[in-house]
Amino acid sequence: MKFAVVVFPGSNCDRDMYHAVKEVLQTEADLVWYANSNLENYDGILIPGGFSYGDYLRSGAVAATSDVMKQIKEQAAKGKPVLGVCNGFQILTEAGLLPGALMRNKELSFMCHQEELIVQNEITPFTSGYDKGEVVRFPIAHGEGNYYCDEETLAELKANNQIVFTYKNNLNGSIENIAGIINKEGNVLGMMPHPERAVEKLLGSDDGLRLFKSMVQNWRDTYAANA
Amino acid sequence: MRKVTVYITLKQGVLDPQGKAIQESLNSLGYNEIEDARVGKYIELKVEDGPNLEARVTEMCDKLLANPVIEDYRFDVEEAEGL
Amino acid sequence: MQQTHDISPEQIERDKLYREMGLSDQEFDMVKDIMKRLPNFTETGIFSVMWSEHCSYKTSKPLLRKFPTKAPHVLQGPGEGAGIIDIGDNQAVVFKVESHNHPSAVEPYQGAATGVGGIIRDVFSMGARPIASMNSLRFGNLTNDRTKYLFSEVVGGIAGYGNCVGVPTVGGEVQFDDSYEDNPLVNAMCVGLINHDEIQKGIAAGIGNTILYAGPPTGRDGIHGATFASDDLGEDAAKDRPAVQVGDPFMEKLLIEACLEVIHSDALVGMQDMGAAGLTSSASEMASKAGTGLEMNLDLVPQREQNMTAYEMMLSESQERMLLCVKRGREQEIIDIFEKYGLKAVPVGEVIEEKVFRIKHHGEVVADIPVDSLADDAPVYHMPSQEAAYFKEFQQMENSIPQVGNHKEMLRTLLQQPTIASKEWVYDQYDSMVQTNTVVTPGSDSAVVRIKGRDKALAITTDCNSRYIYLDPETGGKIAVAEAARNIVCSGARPLGLTDGLNFGNPTNPEVFWQMEKTVEGMSQACEVLETPVISGNVSLYNQSKGKSIFPTPVVGMVGLHESLEHITPSHFQTSGDAIYLIGDTEAEFGGSELQNVINGKYEGKAPKIDLNIEVTRQKHLLDAIQSGLVESAHDLSEGGLAVALAESVFTNKGLGVNVKLTGEATVALFSETQSRFLVTVKEENKASFENKLSDAKQIGFVTDDGMLNVVVDDETIIQDDVKQLENLWRGAIPCLLKSKA
Repeated sequence: MKFAVVVFPGSNCDRDMYHAVKEVLQTEADLVWYANSNLENYDGILIPGGFSYGDYLRSGAVAATSDVMKQIKEQAAKGKPVLGVCNGFQILTEAGLLPGALMRNKELSFMCHQEELIVQNEITPFTSGYDKGEVVRFPIAHGEGNYYCDEETLAELKANNQIVFTYKNNLNGSIENIAGIINKEGNVLGMMPHPERAVEKLLGSDDGLRLFKSMVQNWRDTYAANA
Repeated sequence: MRKVTVYITLKQGVLDPQGKAIQESLNSLGYNEIEDARVGKYIELKVEDGPNLEARVTEMCDKLLANPVIEDYRFDVEEAEGL
Repeated sequence: MQQTHDISPEQIERDKLYREMGLSDQEFDMVKDIMKRLPNFTETGIFSVMWSEHCSYKTSKPLLRKFPTKAPHVLQGPGEGAGIIDIGDNQAVVFKVESHNHPSAVEPYQGAATGVGGIIRDVFSMGARPIASMNSLRFGNLTNDRTKYLFSEVVGGIAGYGNCVGVPTVGGEVQFDDSYEDNPLVNAMCVGLINHDEIQKGIAAGIGNTILYAGPPTGRDGIHGATFASDDLGEDAAKDRPAVQVGDPFMEKLLIEACLEVIHSDALVGMQDMGAAGLTSSASEMASKAGTGLEMNLDLVPQREQNMTAYEMMLSESQERMLLCVKRGREQEIIDIFEKYGLKAVPVGEVIEEKVFRIKHHGEVVADIPVDSLADDAPVYHMPSQEAAYFKEFQQMENSIPQVGNHKEMLRTLLQQPTIASKEWVYDQYDSMVQTNTVVTPGSDSAVVRIKGRDKALAITTDCNSRYIYLDPETGGKIAVAEAARNIVCSGARPLGLTDGLNFGNPTNPEVFWQMEKTVEGMSQACEVLETPVISGNVSLYNQSKGKSIFPTPVVGMVGLHESLEHITPSHFQTSGDAIYLIGDTEAEFGGSELQNVINGKYEGKAPKIDLNIEVTRQKHLLDAIQSGLVESAHDLSEGGLAVALAESVFTNKGLGVNVKLTGEATVALFSETQSRFLVTVKEENKASFENKLSDAKQIGFVTDDGMLNVVVDDETIIQDDVKQLENLWRGAIPCLLKSKA
């Protein structure tokens, strides 16, 4: 499986994402600069965290209008897995690939530490390596991770089992403790916590490694099934 | 040249923690008459005049300047003097 | 300000206008001698910023020469953007600390943010990737509303800039004392990693080569920032607002990536960031260092505002700008790299043989200055020095033991002192983990950052107990360096070297200059003994408000090397049953202590004494024990003494407690701040080997699992308290102070 780590001007977790999949998981991966890119030959797309375009206007808003987003939408429509983390999640909501919006944390300040998450949906290509209800530790690092959507959307998220991760302690004010959601089709996941920062015990947790392993495993299964 | 001023605010019903902080801060300074504060964005655009100006600005707001999930907007168009 | 081109050289002299720019009468005469004519307005401005303390170190230079700066592993000492130390495997670590005190006093958010931006640029302009930031902050008393505002905004500014630019802020220190009330200190440190063959220098070499300007256009930001930083903060500091620059961390992030790509092109000759005194200092220094001259055409400089004068362009401190020297004919290769990142790079001048700094604007030569005169001919002042009157008085005081009625309550009080209390409120706002290297996150003695692909890591700390230095500058200076080294050693690393951020009051006051002199002497001695050369640094003077100088505050930023990841050692207790050792004897030393402040509301008497030979021996033995795998945790004793260190050690791993038996006078045993002491835990099976290596370690008790802090002194239970409650007080103190109304 070959990953594209899409790099926008101002992305700053791109190299961390690359390190996680390429050096720790030892799968194929490229850092792909947003301009003049071609995502056709990649099997999975990772949109890393950071401050694309300085988070100016709204976090993720400017990146969401870029040309590469059109490609990401096309690849997503083909069913390829797309993971957006932190700013990547913000970009996915701004681009309309995921519903809702991420607003400023309720206490207004940036927060960075390890948080406990609950796996709510283990039947996705991203979470098949986890158990339902399992508590995992991922770092968070965001100032605008307060997930918001209207009641209708929320009802839909619940009905379709689209809420994938929730916070055990909800510090940022997200509706229903939401930390990560998936699209209806089940191949686009956005989450504020950082799985790529949780792939080595030395740094405090390796609970995130299973997320990438799940992606690879599911790709292999699908590939084997189609072969 | 026209000057377009876009005002973007959070939708009613969406929690505005910045506004709340401002309200509490003003209250603590003794301005007890403040019942609510809402924070928004103000964007000035210098625009070449042309047909469908208002329609195009509306499009700009929908596509980029405002996020319809959480924000409302309105705009004024005037002659661009002293911009 | 008047239209500058209307002001004639004669008028500058007659009306002594140079004084407004910060030049003294004597300095203006020196300028006339160098120029062999009257300088025009732009030239006078250029001299005034280059000869400001910030750029020339004119009053501190004689002192800085005392610092040991050389060692076989030092690849670059003071003088370039940042110092460099070899860490083996063709790798090196680059670091420097810089102050942004005055801008932060006026506009705390932007002042702190641009301080972070500036020091990061110093590091990547050397060709290094910035891998960690730290900071050292000083504020007045947190019960004051203005202090709360300054504190919140400074932390916000550091977070806002650092988080966006993608360099983890891995730690730092904050202290609160009245002496900083109107003059907070904001010292930012950045650490970078580089391969030996990638080291860049800020030189403009090769006659005919092109000078490229890279980054956003120049505006009227921060004009005279360098002189502003060298002046005292008057009552009307708020009116000086235009002198504060605004930072754009997004731009900086692009600049980092572009510059780190540019260094791989052999078309690049030299590179320097435009920091204090902007275009003037970067361009003139690059030529001066290369032994060349430089000619620049200001019409080519990108401009954000209209009708800017030469004076304004030369002195602007608009942020996130770089100056590059590029081989003639190969400019486009470099320009293309910047363009990829959406940045503009434009040729603005060239390297010339004649050693002059020549500036053209609108077809006229507006400045023509012998280039070396700016950097080399700056005056050096040997200021009068006089032992501070208070010092004699303090030295005659006996080491008395403060009266403590209830030691349990006193520990609770101490844990809530802002200087001791948890700084989680601060560092939770910093992205401390981006780049996925942070092994030890903020809140420990040192932060630890691993180096990917190698079995090694770096320990980083900032430290400075200014209370001791105020009481006794020489002893305090030694302690500042020793304590930083202790932090590094406790984490399991070997100290490599340090960067110093010297913050003092008004040097024209002989007692302040005496403080500077003695502090540097003490620090230098400690650097020698501890084998930690000074590789870079910064001086900030005139830190005073309402006529009173701040406590002398020479911030020490130290970096150490873990020779194996196995050596990384936490500062908090690990497992119930581990033996607790105290290394070093304790005496009645309360001068400058937290306890003295709580009880007397002031600092007086003698600073704790320090024997550098004992210090270095103990540090070496402890490091040896850690590297031999005998140590579970190590923490140095600092503010609040043993009692505070014991409490801090059980706040991280939930459920732990301590059972400790001490001897002697209870207040001394618990709260004295005697130096060179460590709190270490050791597994039962390693006790004998550990004791063999550290002859002055005494076991004082055990780690327990009952969540209680029990301290017995001479068979009497002095403290018996619930760890969870202590932790809540310690964690809650700063948020609580910030929320409460004055």
